[in-house]
Amino acid sequence: MSEITLTIDGREITTQPGRTILEAAEEHGIYIPRLCHLPGLKPFGGCRVCTVLVNGRSEAACTQPVAQGIVVENDTEQLRAWRRNIIEMLFVEGNHFCPSCEKSGDCELQALAYRMGISAPRHPFLWPRREVDASHPDVLIDHNRCILCARCARTSRDIDGKEVFGFVGRGPARKLTINPGARLVDSALDVTDQAVNACPVGAILRKRGAYATPVGRRHYDRAPIGSGIETPAELTIDRGDQP
Amino acid sequence: MVAESGSKRIVIEPVTRVEGHGKVTILLDDDNRVTQARLHIVEFRGFERFIRGRPFWEMPVVVQRLCGICPVSHHLCAAKAVDKIIGVDRLSPTAEKIRRLMHYGQMFQSHSLHFFHLASPDLLFGFGADPALRNVVGIIRDHRELAVQAVMMRKYGQEIIQATAGKKIHGTGAIPGGVNKSLSPAERDRLREPVDQMRAWAHAAVDIARRYTLENLELLKGFGSFESNHLSIVRDDGALDLYDGGLRAIDPDGATIFDHVPAGAYLDHIAEEVRDWSYMKFPFIRSIGPERGWYRVGPLSRINACSFIDTQEAEAARKEFMAVTNGRPNHITMAYHWARMIEVLHAIERIDELLHDPDITGDDLTRTGERRPEGVGILEAPRGTLFHHYRVGDDGLVTMCNLIVSTTSNNEPMNRAITGVAEQYISGQPEVTEGMLNSIEVAIRAYDPCLSCATHALGRMPLVVEVLGPDGSLLAEGRKA
Repeated sequence: MSEITLTIDGREITTQPGRTILEAAEEHGIYIPRLCHLPGLKPFGGCRVCTVLVNGRSEAACTQPVAQGIVVENDTEQLRAWRRNIIEMLFVEGNHFCPSCEKSGDCELQALAYRMGISAPRHPFLWPRREVDASHPDVLIDHNRCILCARCARTSRDIDGKEVFGFVGRGPARKLTINPGARLVDSALDVTDQAVNACPVGAILRKRGAYATPVGRRHYDRAPIGSGIETPAELTIDRGDQP
Repeated sequence: MVAESGSKRIVIEPVTRVEGHGKVTILLDDDNRVTQARLHIVEFRGFERFIRGRPFWEMPVVVQRLCGICPVSHHLCAAKAVDKIIGVDRLSPTAEKIRRLMHYGQMFQSHSLHFFHLASPDLLFGFGADPALRNVVGIIRDHRELAVQAVMMRKYGQEIIQATAGKKIHGTGAIPGGVNKSLSPAERDRLREPVDQMRAWAHAAVDIARRYTLENLELLKGFGSFESNHLSIVRDDGALDLYDGGLRAIDPDGATIFDHVPAGAYLDHIAEEVRDWSYMKFPFIRSIGPERGWYRVGPLSRINACSFIDTQEAEAARKEFMAVTNGRPNHITMAYHWARMIEVLHAIERIDELLHDPDITGDDLTRTGERRPEGVGILEAPRGTLFHHYRVGDDGLVTMCNLIVSTTSNNEPMNRAITGVAEQYISGQPEVTEGMLNSIEVAIRAYDPCLSCATHALGRMPLVVEVLGPDGSLLAEGRKA
């Protein structure tokens, strides 16, 4: 099939059919902010941080396939404001204390906030009561920091073949869960599972090794998010022999 | 504000040039005689409660947020407690030396900040000098070289902290069982460069504090001074050790109450009393009881309690200090400043040694061991002995936390000091002047209290001084924004 031509912010690019807008943009060094997208997983379209305008209509760049002649807006004032709003809402919806979080410096949510110049959210904090599940000998879930991106659930299902995680509840009550009533220790999760690596924030953590990387050498200390290393190597999902 | 029946009440709020927020109330009878003086800590911080349920390895990073002046103390003390929890009793030489370097850097910057920025206006201009001059801006105007030297000394200490902890404030250097970095040769060499200048300035600071104390000795002997017990950590051989060792308590004559008590046994020797008018607890030595078992901590207590200092120049300064009281413990509250500057000298001597130690650039950073359910860390923070005690469930979440912060130990002594000064300066005086009220604050400042650390408040509180008549009527009022 012949190549497809489209424009992103007025720049004409060519790509192969079947690519998503996000993939096509990245091929040409154009960064579209994202959170729930993880290379190696099927497109999900959950967080909407990658929202772009396609011929004037809002679409998730991670799920929307390219098409001949489309006009994509990405880095515009309006879209930056929308994305910033999503990030701010994620911050107030959970309990995110970056100063003491062991994921600080390696956290995609924090890195996006820095990129967008968010020093404090404009919305009121909801201060939800959430729990810490430390029952597993090697892995911990701090629900205070979960942003419901489903990267862990999708990785467990599609890569690890285990379906350790699911979701219950709707709207603000939605939460990541193991089997109803179960704790992490009751699940089939193993510390070597790819799902443990998939979390973009400090919600799923290995129990040993916190703060082992000194300040200044953490992932986003070296380069801000979106500067060519959007997904840390240790977070990149290895599909192995999986389909 | 309610006046006590049959008395007048003076309130100093907030107490200035200290870390955190507090107020002083002074009660006067009909003849203007002081019947009571109290330091109230009006903050509530609550760290001991809200860290329950958090993973224990977060403690060194979370609990240091108690403070912005000496967070390194809490960072290291929590790390020492956490070392015990993961079963590590001895760190690698590199880890211990990096932590010590961080600690001496902090001691150097915190003591310099307090002496030059907070305390020196009282010493150089006088307790009753014009408040418009009696502050750090006055120091910059009239003693420019001291002001510059203070900034440079603080900067140097902070650079050591950055090199070892990753950040100047609230770093992550100490991790369970060790540290996450050592020094690169380049970092080490950069930190070596200013050492001689820093040592010269430390000597000059000792001289200022020594001369001030000796020239005003008779005045200071009576200024908020009293005999007390003293508590400090000492090394096995009795040497001053700010990072590690056992607890030693001495009585007012210098006799040992207990010695070389390991961190884990602190509760066998120290208890805490709660009083209904302050958020700060009152610790005391169990064997003596709450009435007479209170003690002082901090630079004065450390110099009194140690058998010697193992760095040459600070030891010479200590001998000079102890000669003033013929070897008996020095109980002069204002001598805290002199003792503090001796520690600045000791800190720079130690920093110099460590920066020439090959272990400081080593790569053996952490140790591991068998998990334990509990850990206690003790440390000599700039303001005195610090205790961090955690209990942890099998899942790694904290179930109990007890913090005894230096300023808490100095609670009773500070109250005694202000009572003494109030009786001496305010009792029977027809008019209460600003200078008299500052004298109360001078006595508090000698302890370099950190009120936010001690109560585990936010915002800015106006200073209000009200003098109320026996019927509660307002006789006089002073206000500062």
